[in-house]
Amino acid sequence: MSAISRDQVAHLANLARIEMGDQELDLMAAELDVIVDAVASVAEAPIQDVPPTSHPIAMSNVLREDVVEEGLTSEEALMNAPDAEDGQFKVPAILNED
Amino acid sequence: MSRNELVQLSAAAAAAKLAAGEVSSEELTRAHLEHIASTEGEALDAADRSRGTSGLNSFLHVAQEEALATARGVDASRAAGDDLHPLAGVPVAVKDNIVTRGMPTTAASRMLEGWLSPYDATVVAKLREARMPILGKTNLDEFAMGSSTEHSAFGATRNPWDLDRIPGGSGGGSAAAVAAFQAPLALGSDTGGSIRQPAAVTGSVGVHPTYGSVSRYGAIAMASSLDQIGPHARTVRDAALLHEVLGGHDPRDATSLKDPVGPYAAQAAEGAAEGGLRGMRVGVVKELLDAEGIQAGVSQRFRESLEALRAAGAEVLEVSLPNLRYSLGAYYLIMSSEVSSNLAKYDGVRFGSRTLPEDGPVTIERVMAATRAAGFNPEAKRRIILGTYALSAGYYDQYYGAAQKVRTLVMRDFEQAFGQVDVLVSPTSPTTAFPVGEKVEDPLAMYLNDIATIPVNLAGVPAISVPGGLAPENGLPVGVQFVAPVREDARLYRAAAGLEAALEAEWGGPLLDRLPSTESLISARTEGAAK
Amino acid sequence: MSDETLSFDEALAKYDPVLGFEVHVELNTRTKMFDAAPNAFGDVPNTNTTPVSLGLPGVLPMVNRTAVESAIKLGLALGCEIAPVSEFSRKNYFYPDTPKNFQTSQYDKPIAENGSLDVELEDGTVFTVDIERAHMEEDAGKLSHMGGAGRIQGASYSLVDYNRAGVPLIEIVTRPIRGAGERAPELARAYVAAIREIVKNLGISDARMERGNVRCDANVSLMPKGADTLGTRTETKNVNSMRSVERAVRYEICRHAAVLDSGAPIVQETRHWHEDTRETTSGRPKSDADDYRYFPEPDLVPVVTDAEWIERLRAELPEPPAERRRRLKAEWGYSEEEFRDVVNAGVMDQIEETIATGASAAVARKWWMGEISRLAKQREVEPGELGVTPATVVELNQLIEKGEINDKIARQVLEHVLDDEGTPAEVVEKRGLAVVSDEGALSTAVDEALAAMPDVAEKIRGGKVQAAGAVVGQVMKATRGQADAGRVRELILQKLGVEG
Repeated sequence: MSAISRDQVAHLANLARIEMGDQELDLMAAELDVIVDAVASVAEAPIQDVPPTSHPIAMSNVLREDVVEEGLTSEEALMNAPDAEDGQFKVPAILNED
Repeated sequence: MSRNELVQLSAAAAAAKLAAGEVSSEELTRAHLEHIASTEGEALDAADRSRGTSGLNSFLHVAQEEALATARGVDASRAAGDDLHPLAGVPVAVKDNIVTRGMPTTAASRMLEGWLSPYDATVVAKLREARMPILGKTNLDEFAMGSSTEHSAFGATRNPWDLDRIPGGSGGGSAAAVAAFQAPLALGSDTGGSIRQPAAVTGSVGVHPTYGSVSRYGAIAMASSLDQIGPHARTVRDAALLHEVLGGHDPRDATSLKDPVGPYAAQAAEGAAEGGLRGMRVGVVKELLDAEGIQAGVSQRFRESLEALRAAGAEVLEVSLPNLRYSLGAYYLIMSSEVSSNLAKYDGVRFGSRTLPEDGPVTIERVMAATRAAGFNPEAKRRIILGTYALSAGYYDQYYGAAQKVRTLVMRDFEQAFGQVDVLVSPTSPTTAFPVGEKVEDPLAMYLNDIATIPVNLAGVPAISVPGGLAPENGLPVGVQFVAPVREDARLYRAAAGLEAALEAEWGGPLLDRLPSTESLISARTEGAAK
Repeated sequence: MSDETLSFDEALAKYDPVLGFEVHVELNTRTKMFDAAPNAFGDVPNTNTTPVSLGLPGVLPMVNRTAVESAIKLGLALGCEIAPVSEFSRKNYFYPDTPKNFQTSQYDKPIAENGSLDVELEDGTVFTVDIERAHMEEDAGKLSHMGGAGRIQGASYSLVDYNRAGVPLIEIVTRPIRGAGERAPELARAYVAAIREIVKNLGISDARMERGNVRCDANVSLMPKGADTLGTRTETKNVNSMRSVERAVRYEICRHAAVLDSGAPIVQETRHWHEDTRETTSGRPKSDADDYRYFPEPDLVPVVTDAEWIERLRAELPEPPAERRRRLKAEWGYSEEEFRDVVNAGVMDQIEETIATGASAAVARKWWMGEISRLAKQREVEPGELGVTPATVVELNQLIEKGEINDKIARQVLEHVLDDEGTPAEVVEKRGLAVVSDEGALSTAVDEALAAMPDVAEKIRGGKVQAAGAVVGQVMKATRGQADAGRVRELILQKLGVEG
């Protein structure tokens, strides 16, 4: 049994930067519980001494030469910015001073 | 040629007619645009796009002017005697999680509503280079997460066989577009079956190429180690032709293979020829034959497909993938972990929508959290939270780490199976298309639908889904999936084309010849609603 | 509010400091770590980006070969083992200067591990610092805090420039450094200086601290004298000059001592150094919010090194700075003190080049430690930044040796050269600074001087040859210093019939 608590989900939601109300946290905790139970079976697989696989096809040393390519203009870089000022992306204050 | 005749041409047939000067690309493209206009349906609620339309709703954006401009350009070049790509002038649709310059890309999420990409995905650049008119961007489950296309922020796509049913997902838009003759070809992305399962339930063809054989650059990442772009088409040969356009090494994708592309279409032609499957050893995956919850009609059509394979000269054997039962868990852990990280960039800082918190201080942290709360649908949030959990301190070994080891086991299973047979075969999906809304509240049931498709993504092997007939109980399409060893995509086309030819000979023509007219379905439905 | 501190001496009387450093070195590659945008400092904001550096939907990273080779070279220079298989991992956290909201870094498979660095203090004492690892990662963008004196505190909003986002970094992490005692602050400074010197010598970084090319996070903890277990540490972030590193470590030692003396525990936290008040202030406490959820970067494949690659890079390594210093000191024949002065003045490279261009070791030192250092001080720059080339020094010296100018004139010539008036020879020519070698004019000047000083002339005639100096002075004055003093003296003695 995994039994994921609402507080745990609240912590995860904070790590994942998703605002969630109490009701949503409760629902998510219940759903996550069921899903985690279902996926936890991986630990029962015969995986002792089995190496992990990150990529389905093993490759190595895929490297790029250090040559500049034409990039974006400032206008292109900022064309989708929700907010901008003086050629920079504008974001709300980082610290809460209130 | 009439509009109906034009849109029913396969890509290969259309290409031949273009080359012969029997039709122009403009006529062909216009026919598709008109057919799209008459089959997409009307918005059910003009103020709320999430309600969808009265029709297919397979397109999120139709690029009418651009497509026609490309078509006219091709016609002019052809008239001037220029060298053209064989598919030049043949229109194509692009799944809306593949970025395109000059037209919107939303991944069917509110998060990206209004976003314009300043660059083209590598596969899109290849379409442009081949001068294939891009008809528009097709619908999907938000960020390609789902098996029904119901999780689109812009309304569900409908199955052209029955508008009250799902077209599969996440690439329901591309599959429905191709099946309903809105486009002869379309691009899809397949992370756990998102090309193959929609192909299966719409009676079309869909291919998951070997991981790394088609560039992922410009495909909005869902789960990087599982994502792969591939073709949707109505015939195996068409899929092969599009695959040949898309494939090849890309220096912008570190996981891109350097292997030569093809010959896929040539192998498809050989497979379809008399005795084309002679000597081929086909392995039936035991665990998928007796899978829990498999629909009787799916099982029946699948067994008939095996008979057809035997009749075409293939040797049918039974093989086992003993670790298959762990693959669903491994897939959901790896996928959601990668999702949780890949989707972190959607924060309302550099692009996309920004949502301010309803109350309290407006700090960047709270704005990010409010933006992500408003921009992601419940399915995306579920996966992000699951992935965050699986990667978090103290749980990594138990979940993500174990899942990666299971991945090794699944790959070994495939290797062992391919020591005995040339290709594997199974039903693509355990069921035919289910009614819209049936599983949307039950994520686990939805996930189980992917049992045959996800091991392919874990192992990176190529796979294809081809039509296997209509289930007797409901008259809906059944898909048959072939799987080949990595880098043996050509073998896949040979096997699939062999089955396709055998079954079409039995049926007296392609399965999609039996598709009801979408326009009639829409009017029947609209009238039904009016009564 | 300032924290309580103990005096440094009191702190050291009770506690042994333990140090640790995480130094981030920005590489001077042409492009970024994972994309082909230019790696350049000081450009217009958001002009050095590609879709990859902005983390736009759909992009993928590609590793910069030069950055990897720089990391391997640094690993070799630090005596590290180079990992046969090294992997990139994602470090997940949300911050607006981080375009993807994860940093692509290395976690459990860094490129280099287990090295050491000999750090020389000013008096020549050598400390061996153990290096735990060096790994590759990418830099973040630059945040400017608006409204609130430019600080994050009190700012009403911030602006983000992603030009720096993705610039290649190598992070060098030490093992805990014990036993430095009262020399801990000095060691801190010397360690950072040594890292700077190594990366500059390797040519992999511009190593300009004022531009943030080298940034130091300094960990400090205290152990009561005689204890054996490490205390709780604090991490003082982004101390960006060598002087600040020294001061920050000293401050933290004094602050920790006061906290421990009061019986309170040290809070494990990041601290921020303020150069203006010369204090650290509390940053963020370490918490489970620091769950970075590292996992292997699925968009990148491992870096696999083989002996051939490593040996090729090893062969490209320049001579290590410490070895080079030992060699040069021996070759030049300077005394211990002379050589240390040269090193401290930062003119070792210049002297080496000047010698290579044709001057003797003594002449090179005379110029660089003398007139050039004096001028640099006057103009408030480093001697190396004054703009004097080794060729100028050699040319000046040749003019002196040929007797065309004397030392005093040479100093004037140098100033004119620095004012862009041309090469030394050109300056001498244009300004007519060559010594008066017209024998007729010189002879007349000597006659006039002797006539004006008859009693001195008499003394010389009487054998007091040293009195000639006064006459020489008079002649030099008359010729505005442009005469060759040696020749003037000869003429005087000759005219008075005295043997020199």
